Amino acid sequence: MQILKNFYEKYINSKKVAPYIFVSPFIIVFLVFYLYPMISTIIMSFQEIGFGDPEFVGLANYKKLFNVHYKNALLTSTNYTFWTILILVPLPIILAVLLNSDKTKFTNFFRSSIFMPALTSVIVAGMFFRYAFGEQASTLANSIIGVFGLEPITWLQNSIPAMIALVVLCVWRWMGVNIIYFLSGLQSIPEEIYEAADIDGASSWDKFKYITIPSLKPVIIYVITISVFGGYKMFAESYAYWQTATPNDIGMTIVSYIYQTGFNNFNMGFASAIGITLLLIVLIVNVIQLNLFGLFKKGEQ
Amino acid sequence: MKKSLLILLVSSMLLIFTFSAAAETTLTFWTFQELHQQFLEKEVARWNENNPDDVINLETTVYPYDQMHNKLLIALQSGVGAPDIADIEISKFANYLKGSNPQLVSLNDVVEPNMDQMIEARFANYAKNGNYYGVPYHVGATVMYYNMEMMDAAGVNIDEIVTWDDFVEAGKKVKAATDKPMTTVEVTEHWTLYPMISQIGSDIFAEDGSVILDNEKNERVLSFIDDMVHESEIAVPAPGGFHHSEEYWNFMNNEGAASLMMPLWYMGRFVQYMPDLKDKIAIRPLPVWDEGGNRSAGMGGTGTVVTIQSEQQQLAKEFLAEAKLSVEASHKLWTELGFDPVRWEVWDDPIMSEPNQYTEYFRNEDIFGMLLEIRDEINPTMVTEKYPSAIDLLKKNVSFKVIKEQSHTPAEALEEAAAELRQ
Repeated sequence: MQILKNFYEKYINSKKVAPYIFVSPFIIVFLVFYLYPMISTIIMSFQEIGFGDPEFVGLANYKKLFNVHYKNALLTSTNYTFWTILILVPLPIILAVLLNSDKTKFTNFFRSSIFMPALTSVIVAGMFFRYAFGEQASTLANSIIGVFGLEPITWLQNSIPAMIALVVLCVWRWMGVNIIYFLSGLQSIPEEIYEAADIDGASSWDKFKYITIPSLKPVIIYVITISVFGGYKMFAESYAYWQTATPNDIGMTIVSYIYQTGFNNFNMGFASAIGITLLLIVLIVNVIQLNLFGLFKKGEQ
Repeated sequence: MKKSLLILLVSSMLLIFTFSAAAETTLTFWTFQELHQQFLEKEVARWNENNPDDVINLETTVYPYDQMHNKLLIALQSGVGAPDIADIEISKFANYLKGSNPQLVSLNDVVEPNMDQMIEARFANYAKNGNYYGVPYHVGATVMYYNMEMMDAAGVNIDEIVTWDDFVEAGKKVKAATDKPMTTVEVTEHWTLYPMISQIGSDIFAEDGSVILDNEKNERVLSFIDDMVHESEIAVPAPGGFHHSEEYWNFMNNEGAASLMMPLWYMGRFVQYMPDLKDKIAIRPLPVWDEGGNRSAGMGGTGTVVTIQSEQQQLAKEFLAEAKLSVEASHKLWTELGFDPVRWEVWDDPIMSEPNQYTEYFRNEDIFGMLLEIRDEINPTMVTEKYPSAIDLLKKNVSFKVIKEQSHTPAEALEEAAAELRQ
């Protein structure tokens, strides 16, 4: 017993060891579910894998990247990320400002109803949107454009309408979440600043431009950063619309391409190589983006 | 006292448990098609009647198509979690044969004894290095479904449609009389282009495995489809892009087009999804390309496999052979599923010509009799390791770029796909 107690006092309960014990659940999860798969993906990206022993093939999988499907997937993912960020940053800011204003009525109702879509499953929502964007004149999307006198569109077989369908689904789902981020940002801006601006005779637009936006900058950077990740890793929306075969790759994202290569065509090595490039792309895009906003400079000062 | 009673109770329960386990063997079965589940469950009942000493309890799980194939692939790759028996669709089958060590059980000892009475080509689709790994359900003869009301309205006699050129001429009459297209073509799946390629005597791959997708015959086929849509305008791209979309059921059920080319197993889709067309549809062989040419093509299919993770491999194999290849099973494949069985020995049996739910729906009195006429007019198709990618390209790119987007000529689209397959 004495030995056990000594052991406990000396190691487990010491200031040096205890912190590691507390963080160990996270470390273990990280090692098993993140680091190990990452390393094995890197190894697999140099292999040809079938049933039987995997075979090392050097850079062959990376050489295959120079094909038109990869280019299409990269373009689709980049386009999608660009449009979702272009819509899902300014629009939620405006809505958040409106919801935060004392003059707006029923704010709680609006807040919860805008947030509701985020709670639905992508596949269920995707089924709904899949039918809404059907090609008959009677579908939801075609009825709406019919009001403006436009001909019915084959939404999911043309590249621009297909991108609209993807972005609409994304905006519908994530609008509420982004509004919540911006609302919490708005609520942390001290009321005194606005009062001081009022005394100086600032207009509403001036206040928005010179107080609200600069104060929201950290939130905006955060939202853009996670949107870049979200945009590039998008898969479920595309799957809901087209399952696995998108005609002429119009809705095929990088992750859809990984899925098709790895599972549908059982080319795990090549799929791993695509996965590694996705990691690098997202890293690079985010570093550029954070640099533009001057996040790193702040650290240097 | 109490303790001994408890021991007695537990041991007797254990005894009952082991006894019942010995008498009944559970086999797990994964499929993506509910019809296959219903069929095999009936076959289990028949097996259990005939083999009281070897009773099988079949536990079936029906997954969506994609999910089932992925789950099975991962289970076989990782070595745990696979079922005893599974259905694998033909366009995915090559994935499971990749590498030096397939995780499927060779079925030669149960299928070879009767091979001389069956169509070997359908087994060859699921074979590697002389081992048969899958048991097929059907031949999948491709046929033409005509809406007779619309044909009559246009004054077309379908038995006079002999060549594809006749078909186009008939289509013009239908178009003039009803203002509706003669037929629909798939642009996001392969059930229009591929059967026609096979029918004309070509294929995606040659017998040695080299890519022949861009040969002259295939270009002729694709140009013909393209002309039906854009020149003579007797065909339209299928609403929804393919013949299994929700839009399409609705369109066809409302007599959106006057005819349709699909394999025989599509009969079930008519019965299930297009109830309003009952008594209006007649089935005929395909028009030919050139005089004396083939009037059909064997398309699609699913191979049922036994995995090496099964602890009851022998029983599973014997059950599969009985449930899918025996004479009784072959009869039922026809009467219940409307599948043309691979065991040609039974094709002349009287039961095949008797009325059933399909003869009730369609105008033909003897659907199987018509199949007998075209039984020798079906070319085998070549399946290689690149088959899944090839089907992917046919689905996604080839017809779509030519017919829907009109961004490529038939030759360009075929060359592009062939070049990718040759890499």
